[in-house]
Amino acid sequence: MTDPDTPPSRHAYHPERLDSGPGQFAARPYAVTHGRTEASTPLDMMSLVRATGNRSTPLVTLGLVHAEALQLCRAPISVAEVAAHLKTPLSATKVVLSDLIDLRLLMARFPSPEPDFFNDPTTMRAVIDGLRAL
Amino acid sequence: MASEHSDHADPLFPTQLKILVAGGFGVGKTTFVGAVSEIAPLTTEEVLTAASAGTDDLTGVHAKTTTTVAMDFGRISFPTKNLVLYLFGTPGQDRFWFMWNELSRGALGAVVLADTRRLDNCFGAVEFFEARGIRFIVALNEFDGAHRYELDEVHAALRIGPHVPVVRCDARDQRSANQTLITLLESVLARAGHTTAHHAANPASAEPAGTHGSTQ
Repeated sequence: MTDPDTPPSRHAYHPERLDSGPGQFAARPYAVTHGRTEASTPLDMMSLVRATGNRSTPLVTLGLVHAEALQLCRAPISVAEVAAHLKTPLSATKVVLSDLIDLRLLMARFPSPEPDFFNDPTTMRAVIDGLRAL
Repeated sequence: MASEHSDHADPLFPTQLKILVAGGFGVGKTTFVGAVSEIAPLTTEEVLTAASAGTDDLTGVHAKTTTTVAMDFGRISFPTKNLVLYLFGTPGQDRFWFMWNELSRGALGAVVLADTRRLDNCFGAVEFFEARGIRFIVALNEFDGAHRYELDEVHAALRIGPHVPVVRCDARDQRSANQTLITLLESVLARAGHTTAHHAANPASAEPAGTHGSTQ
């Protein structure tokens, strides 16, 4: 979850320098602004989300995009997949999903800023076995 | 490896792994992803805003241009193991290196598809992964009429060490693409000093000598 005392430089979404030419500097404003001011849960494109099944917020009060996003999350799904199905940019999708998390309609894995995938030998062997079986 | 922040054993979510599929434009990344993915490849986009270079504007307001970076990806689930493997194609245009940085976070490795008609198109990807110590293999996607490379020619042409596997691959074929992923995973395991049962039982097989902590 967001730590308001954490300096912005420690947050997940840093403005990245885009060396696309002399004098050009790019930042990802959605990540820098929405990520800190509107989205209270930092999400990575690979973060998994799923609906909580919570009934406290009537679904009819959600906007169309939020409702559609929630529908996509009945089973665990990555942020990237939600963005692809909604046909919205990743940045906007993260804000929508973060709203749903705030409403307790959605839960996320990897709430920490630094995603880490379980790249350990046992897991990799399991994937190799699984691929061989396909 | 495992971060103390993450709860990998969370029964509500499967464990995720991510493999990147890189290579030059048109080499067959999306085809490769589509060949193994259980879902048709999806496309996700990120929109970024760049301040233009003009410094003549005295008000300090710079013109902005927006660029969209698109990435195709797919997924293979192993429900009985509570695992899901994501395959992310890198952006088609090499210049979006910042996006490659984000994609690379937590990736266990990469398949660099090499187009035998334009082998040098994968130089950028090779250099990117080498610079960041990300394990990769080179998969030759052979197109009709192209020069048929010997594998050691590819090592020389791409200036990669002998420990980097170079394999042939038909990006359209599920079994071929599958085997390519297996080769990458086995390479990652071997480099980390672990071997699969297959190799342990067959010590004479062409397993690259795993050197711990060595740079490429």
